[in-house]
Amino acid sequence: MENDSKALLEIRGLAKSFPGVKALQGVDFTVRRGEVHALMGENGAGKSTLIKVLTGVHSRDAGVVRLDGAEIRPTSPKSAEGFGISTVYQEVNLIPQLSVAENICLGRQPTRLGFIRWGAMARHAEAALARLDLKLDVKKQLSACSIAIQQMVAIARALDVSAKLLILDEPTSSLDENEVEELFNVIRKLRAEGLGIVIVTHFLDQVYAIADRITVLRDGQLVGEYEAAKLPRMELVTRMIGKELSQLAPKQSTDAVETAAHEREPFVEFIQCGRAGSIAPMDLTIGKGEIVGLAGLLGSGRTETARLMFGIDRIQTGEMLVDGKATSFKTPGQAIRAGFAFTPENRKSDGIIPHLSIRENIVLALQARQGVARAISRKQQDEIVEKFIKVLGISTPGPEQLVMNLSGGNQQKVLLARWLATQPRLLILDEPTRGIDVGAKAEILKLVQSLGKEGLSVLFISSELEEVVRYCDRVAVLRDRAKVGELAGKQISEEAIMHTIAAPQTK
Amino acid sequence: MRIPAKFIPLMATAFVLASLYIAGCVSFDGFGSLRVLVNLFGDNAVLGIAAVGATFVILSGGIDLSVGSVVAFTSILIATLVGKGLSPFLSISIALLVGAAFGAFMGWLICAYELPSFLVTLAGMFLARGLGFIVHPQSLGITHPFFLDRVTNGLAIPLNDRVSIPFTATCYIGIFVVALIGAHYTRFGRTIYAIGGDEHSAGLMGLPVNRTKLLTYTLAGLCSALAGVVYTFYMQSGDPASSVGLELDAIAAVVIGGTLLSGGVGFMAGTVMGVLIFGLIQDIINFKGDLNSWWTRIVVGFLLLLFILLQNAVEMISKRFGRKLGAAA
Amino acid sequence: MSTAATTTAPPPAPSGRFQRREIRWWTSLLWPVAGLALLLLFNLLFTPGFFHLEVRDGHLYGVLIDILNHGSKVMLLSLGMAVVIATGGVDLSVGAVMAIAGAVAAQLINRPNVPFPAVIALGLGVAVLAGCWNGVLVGVFNVQPIVATLILMVAGRGVAQLITDGQIITFTDPRLTYVGNGDFIGLPFPVWLSLGMLAITALLTRKTAVGLFIESVGDNQTASTYSGVRAGRVKFLVYAFCGLCAGLAGLVEASNIKCADANHAGLFLELDAILAVVVGGTPLTGGRFYLGGAIVGGLFIQTLTTTMYMQNVSADVAPVPKALVILIVCLLQAPVFRRKMVAVFRKKGAT
Repeated sequence: MENDSKALLEIRGLAKSFPGVKALQGVDFTVRRGEVHALMGENGAGKSTLIKVLTGVHSRDAGVVRLDGAEIRPTSPKSAEGFGISTVYQEVNLIPQLSVAENICLGRQPTRLGFIRWGAMARHAEAALARLDLKLDVKKQLSACSIAIQQMVAIARALDVSAKLLILDEPTSSLDENEVEELFNVIRKLRAEGLGIVIVTHFLDQVYAIADRITVLRDGQLVGEYEAAKLPRMELVTRMIGKELSQLAPKQSTDAVETAAHEREPFVEFIQCGRAGSIAPMDLTIGKGEIVGLAGLLGSGRTETARLMFGIDRIQTGEMLVDGKATSFKTPGQAIRAGFAFTPENRKSDGIIPHLSIRENIVLALQARQGVARAISRKQQDEIVEKFIKVLGISTPGPEQLVMNLSGGNQQKVLLARWLATQPRLLILDEPTRGIDVGAKAEILKLVQSLGKEGLSVLFISSELEEVVRYCDRVAVLRDRAKVGELAGKQISEEAIMHTIAAPQTK
Repeated sequence: MRIPAKFIPLMATAFVLASLYIAGCVSFDGFGSLRVLVNLFGDNAVLGIAAVGATFVILSGGIDLSVGSVVAFTSILIATLVGKGLSPFLSISIALLVGAAFGAFMGWLICAYELPSFLVTLAGMFLARGLGFIVHPQSLGITHPFFLDRVTNGLAIPLNDRVSIPFTATCYIGIFVVALIGAHYTRFGRTIYAIGGDEHSAGLMGLPVNRTKLLTYTLAGLCSALAGVVYTFYMQSGDPASSVGLELDAIAAVVIGGTLLSGGVGFMAGTVMGVLIFGLIQDIINFKGDLNSWWTRIVVGFLLLLFILLQNAVEMISKRFGRKLGAAA
Repeated sequence: MSTAATTTAPPPAPSGRFQRREIRWWTSLLWPVAGLALLLLFNLLFTPGFFHLEVRDGHLYGVLIDILNHGSKVMLLSLGMAVVIATGGVDLSVGAVMAIAGAVAAQLINRPNVPFPAVIALGLGVAVLAGCWNGVLVGVFNVQPIVATLILMVAGRGVAQLITDGQIITFTDPRLTYVGNGDFIGLPFPVWLSLGMLAITALLTRKTAVGLFIESVGDNQTASTYSGVRAGRVKFLVYAFCGLCAGLAGLVEASNIKCADANHAGLFLELDAILAVVVGGTPLTGGRFYLGGAIVGGLFIQTLTTTMYMQNVSADVAPVPKALVILIVCLLQAPVFRRKMVAVFRKKGAT
């Protein structure tokens, strides 16, 4: 990389490893003054590790970090702030119970003889907000402000601490179109003032709207640094997913049985179903015995769609039909009784009951459906558990092993077993093969395919396009929290999916 | 002018306080007298000062169950030291130091090992209670003239020829004012609010979380010790068996005063009002004469329920309101 | 680990690395039993007559029997407290509920026309009602458990005093006094009551799905809800059950002293119950609960109290060792402490 005289931040050869995982290897990253630089990559790319090293949460193993030409080694968020690097996180790490002014000035309130001067603090806060062209009642409680405003307050605080480099981590996930535009106006203003801004995001359209340059990471390594204006969308998607057009797998293998969509009886139908802050209204139909894939980049709204279908979140617009009847689920329990099943994306926090045994984890959903009184006899439990240990190939010394001691792949199999034991009619799988070794992946996917043949409907969410292409009868493509296309049968191929993701919005 | 949602519980508390006071004045002769008013502060000073320390701890998101035991321990320590000939100033200073150190010890365990404050202060409660009995197995009167003549009688502020403000009341009000300033006008106080609101974010914002938490428990220990000192002025004795359950009364006063047990939201003034409500209920029952004292507990329990449900309701409403503001068009 | 195993699982591995093996049901009792054994050892060495047992008129007498007898109240409470803590909550009101139950029973037994089963049923019924009150606040209104049960803790004694009209109600009816003082096959009745409740609780939690639901809700409420478990209902149930246990303990205590004392009944026993459960291995954050451990924990606390009494330590000073026990158990359960200890031992081993 050439030595950039306008460079504000220069990272060369950054490396960071954790036990068993090389999170970053030989990564270069340059941010200029007066530039908006987008940092992009799929899961496991290393974006968050890079940010954490930059802000001092982690220490680097190797490499050089230079700010304004001087080498720096931040040891904590506070010390990073001291260097002039401020971060605004997706969750807006402020104190919701305190006022806007307090949040901006916390820890640095103006004082006289040790006593806080509230008037001066309010004026200081107003000045900080004015820098963003914002005018607010600074005495208002932060939690009473919208997320968009809260983010602005966080940015104001970050700048107030004297920032040369501002990092925005997923700033637009909870914003609507107007709020995104307001945020971008602020970013443009700051850019004009000479600030360096790093924006981590998945929203393709937004990247092209605001970023000057784009850096793509994949699997901990640098893929490339590009000028946004000169990078076609398709190429960006290709770089992120990691497949050159020539490398793409051929279109759908002959394993999948091809049944025209209209021949299948619909089981679950979304008719313009949407939810504010979650997904835009969309149509989606899952036929009986059909495997429908949801494809899209990280953050495109696939998990949100699953949550709506399973009753975790309530549908706000549109309606859902099950077997032709209008249905709405207020709780997952209701969905389960209708024959739905769901393996969540985040195994550890939403899926497994860590301190309970494999047996207890497997029988949980089935038992919950049966109720408290009708306990599944130990003999029956043992039969069920033994069957699934065999069928899924769960590797364990015994069924009483605590689930938290299993490998990721085996934990996922236990979750699958839990749901298969309920003999569901619809199985929603959210990233079922993430973090799982190759062998286990193949087993799980083959199982999914055979279940489809037996009449089980499957909604298959995966970031691995290869899997989606190979096993799905139909694929709905999502981008930026909306459905942008649908492919069926012969149309399905990795190339087609990526094209659909990349295609600019024809609004 | 729209009133911020967070003040609603405080206003409710003020309303309850005012209603109780007016009801008392209307129902009983002499209830509205200066003497009753002045004694309201003086009789409840021990609880009040202890509640100040409890407020700081609860604001930070923790809980302190050792309050009553430390009050008792401090009182018997002072009585014993004075009885052995130590000067009152020295005895009081030692007691305050010990109280603060005790709080610091609990705070250290909570911070360094991430132990739950509930259990650590529970242990503290047992420890302090037992230590008090080790110091001296029964209550001990204080005959040193400092306590009766110079402080209780000498420092009372006469208002007219019949009524004077007891020193305990002056102490309480003084400590309350200092605490109020500390909570609202120092960075330390605001950091306590921040930690109670969202400890993780507070750390990310660069605030000294561990140091502040440690100091908060130290402060609470100091307040409990101060309450113990005031106890000796009030009762002219020390008693290791006293103040049983005081911590619960303090917590009740804090909750009724509008402070959330989850931390981050609350008012020192609210706690004072909660303590006064306590005192008023007892006064009313005393004046009535035929109602038995256990009604205090029932009424306080009822008020607790009311305020907890009110807090829940306010939180739910502001969440829904906030969602409307932030929802995508 | 990634082999596509299609054969049946191999038999359990012999004891090697402790963590990896399945948890046998008795390994959880290791710590509390060890603590109890230490205490008994101390008494063996330093307390003459501690283990002396004799039979008089067909009844067993001795210090050990006293421990079992007096410890029954805490043991009964700890059963209910264990399932409450397992859901990640706590019940501070059990002492007050004991007072209420005792008050109701004492008042009713002194009335001529009330049949004995009704006395017991109403006494327990009121306690269960109190538990339901807590259960509604926590399970339906999602009030924090400490706060919710604090209300009843504060107001409950007032209610008990209301029922007794501020007096200490004495009674002499032998049917009621039997509960706390009677003997059955040589052992005091309260001991049988505790054992019986242990058996019933174990049956209820392990033979129905309730135990599974309680543990899953306490360990990971989100995952449990996603699996269709109704967390609110489970929580309601455990608080109601805890009320029942408190009611039983209250009847035992009132019967013991042959009167209902609303002021002192069950005073501070909630703390002893929490301590018994925690010592018995149930983590305060919830998840797996150990009924046997809770019982042993209760015995441990009672033995501690008795040991000090026999060593002529004033009852007022007795809380000090309890405090140390709490701190030790807390530290042992804290991951930060364990990590530091492991690091210390590693350093020592390396040099």
